[in-house]
Amino acid sequence: MWSGFPLRPDQASTIAEGFDHLFYFETAIAIFFATFIFLTIFYFAIKYRRRSENERPPEIEGSLVLELTWTLIPAALCAIMFYWGSALYFTNSRPPTAALEVFVVGKQWMWHLQHAEGPREINELHVPIGRPVKLTLTSEDVIHDFFVPAFRVKHDVVPGQYYSIWFEATKIGKYHFFCAQYCGAQHSGMIGWVTVMSEVDYEQWLTGGVRSETMAQAGGELYQKYACVTCHGTGRAPAFNGIYGQPVKLASGQTVTADEVYLRESIVEPSAKIADGYSPIMPTFKGQLSEEEILQLIAFIKSLGPEEKKVGKP
Amino acid sequence: MSTATIEPSLESRVHYLNVSYGIKSWLLTTDHKRIALLYLASITLMFFVGGAAAVLIRLHLIEPTGALVQPETYNKLFSMHGIIMVFFFLIPSIPATLGNFLVPMMVGARDLAFPRINLLSWYVYMVGALLTLSAILAGGVDTGWTFYPPYSSNYSQTHVILAALGVFIAGFSSILTGFNFIVTIHKMRAPGLTWFRLPLFIWALYATSIIQILGTPVVAITIALLGLERLFHVGIFDPKIGGDPILFQHLFWFYSHPAVYIMILPPMGVISELVTCFSRKRIFGYSFIAFSSLSIAVISFLVWGHHMFVSGQSVYAGLVFSVLSFLVAIPSAIKVFNWTATLYKGSISYDAPMLYAMGFIGLFTMGGVTGLFLASLAVDVHVHDTYFVIAHFHYIMVGGAVMAYLGGIHFWWPKITGRLYPDKWARFAALVIFIGFNLTFFPQYMLGYLGMPRRYAVYPAEFQVLNVMSSAGASILGVGYLIPLVYLIWSMRYGPVAGPNPWRAKGLEWETPSPPPTENFEETPVVTEEAYAYSTEEA
Repeated sequence: MWSGFPLRPDQASTIAEGFDHLFYFETAIAIFFATFIFLTIFYFAIKYRRRSENERPPEIEGSLVLELTWTLIPAALCAIMFYWGSALYFTNSRPPTAALEVFVVGKQWMWHLQHAEGPREINELHVPIGRPVKLTLTSEDVIHDFFVPAFRVKHDVVPGQYYSIWFEATKIGKYHFFCAQYCGAQHSGMIGWVTVMSEVDYEQWLTGGVRSETMAQAGGELYQKYACVTCHGTGRAPAFNGIYGQPVKLASGQTVTADEVYLRESIVEPSAKIADGYSPIMPTFKGQLSEEEILQLIAFIKSLGPEEKKVGKP
Repeated sequence: MSTATIEPSLESRVHYLNVSYGIKSWLLTTDHKRIALLYLASITLMFFVGGAAAVLIRLHLIEPTGALVQPETYNKLFSMHGIIMVFFFLIPSIPATLGNFLVPMMVGARDLAFPRINLLSWYVYMVGALLTLSAILAGGVDTGWTFYPPYSSNYSQTHVILAALGVFIAGFSSILTGFNFIVTIHKMRAPGLTWFRLPLFIWALYATSIIQILGTPVVAITIALLGLERLFHVGIFDPKIGGDPILFQHLFWFYSHPAVYIMILPPMGVISELVTCFSRKRIFGYSFIAFSSLSIAVISFLVWGHHMFVSGQSVYAGLVFSVLSFLVAIPSAIKVFNWTATLYKGSISYDAPMLYAMGFIGLFTMGGVTGLFLASLAVDVHVHDTYFVIAHFHYIMVGGAVMAYLGGIHFWWPKITGRLYPDKWARFAALVIFIGFNLTFFPQYMLGYLGMPRRYAVYPAEFQVLNVMSSAGASILGVGYLIPLVYLIWSMRYGPVAGPNPWRAKGLEWETPSPPPTENFEETPVVTEEAYAYSTEEA
């Protein structure tokens, strides 16, 4: 992929252009100040070069007006950059609600990605153009970082934590994604491709491969296999129906939202936040379930409607 | 070119270099000037060890598939480069060499407040340096200089403990030096030397010492906790055993961001001395430069979170750290404008130290304005952990700190050794370094914007052109650093005798012979004027 001498990474997501505008603005400020300082130094150095050993330059103590000028102008420019950068960051950090979901697990030294619809990929990610895609990131071992330069998105992938990023691709093509947080021997081998496809191609790709079960179906099997049903289906422990996204009252009196982070914690560290009215009898599943299996269980819980449980996609 | 070899005038007089001879007279010395030279020799060695690693890194990256070594070895090379350059060169560089030599002389004292603690600090530094070097000889360490867990605590198979122990111990040397400077500056100033008559180099070192004393214990604690987890599996940072990896980053950067200012404030102090001397003018806006050093010292403790914009801290914390990071840029901008304004209507000469100083101002400005990209949240997301960051901090640390260090060495070399170096060579070397530096690091800004992550042993082929440019620049830069090594060593024996004040500079250190006598001044000087009173000098 020798593409000559690029000066700008591909702009292939909805946020890339807005990002580049701010980047150019800051580049302009940088060039202006660097040029100004360089030229001024050159000019003074030539104009006021020492002509005789006995020169006696005038005494100049300073100037409050100048000090204020070169304090306030940079301060004002900083305020603009701060506001602009923060506004963009806040917009970019909120995933839209109707996004395709992909779960990403980093491990030394590969990426495991699974679409909520089922397909699993390694070091590859296929997404449709023009639809928001939300990635939920976690790690099996050390800290990694998921970085797609063409989309201008990046986030650390931290063991024991879920972080979400999102993008909406705007250009069909193949783009690199990188691990950007040093993670050991093959850190620089932990790279892959995002393939942005048309909606039609994407549907074909989804159904084209081996028809795998959805994440929620896989989670449903784990629910049976690990006998979660013994307590969670009998009232000894909170039922799962419709619990996702709802507030949960804790024995400590606090209230938390049953999101991915809370559900994961309740699986690997059940005694951390006990739901009000239940006793802390659940054993930990830490070490028994892989990060991918935990994600499947969460997908299963999310798929359960408020009524009777229906497994998987309707 | 003077052919004078050993001038009788240097040897006919007793000074700190010829007052006693033999290895013991150096290893047991309590003279701050001799200790400065011990430090100078040790950190020069470390600089060239760290530099050798950098040369191998740049050679390796000529090919996208890696031209030289296996990825495992590459990872050890960049880790060694970072650990040595940050902890064993940049942090001690100016304070421990020029600072040690000049603080007592600039305040008109015989020595630092605690000469034996000063010697102790060198031994502590050496123990740390030898431990870290032995980790490298034993097979190396591959965590990067940032030691992020859980990789460093439970995954890396290399000599993390040995290397980290070296850093831990060297930290105490930094604390001792800072403590010694603070006491000396408070209690040992010559009569008439009020705070606002102090050279700005002293102000800068004072601000630096405050950071060293307050910040360094935190990194010591952090490394100790890391050792506990690695050796005894106490769950502190690794979530598998109940820890929190983000906690490490908070602790580490709480020191390591202020540490950036430990590395850059002393260079700023040097620049204030050079710019005034070689334009023969008092500094423009003395108090603004002095107080900007102190405000940098304070604000530097509140910006550590800008290293963590993509590591999972809350977006609101990100907001606060972003605004504070912009704020810390302003005192630095004030300094740059004041130095530039000092040149106005000056009598500017192009001696080698001045070339380094002008190079510093330009390169530091470029490093500073690219820091603004990293302070703004949305932009940081893209360029974080890419070569853009590498380029940014090398503009500050190499274009800034190393340029000022070399400028300072060239400025005070006649005072330290009593001899002059060949001026033409010195100016030539400054130019080579400036060109080589820009060719090495400017392409890295572009690489980072294009998306090349840092710490990559192999990389996609589209990044090759810029990497080759950078490596070509590094070879020029490497040569540039070797030239001064040669002529400075040469000058120690063969350089023409300098006399007490070859630059006709202001400041107490120039009012005593070169090299100075052990007690610095024949009698305690009395100060009657402000710093940089160049205009009052008899023509």
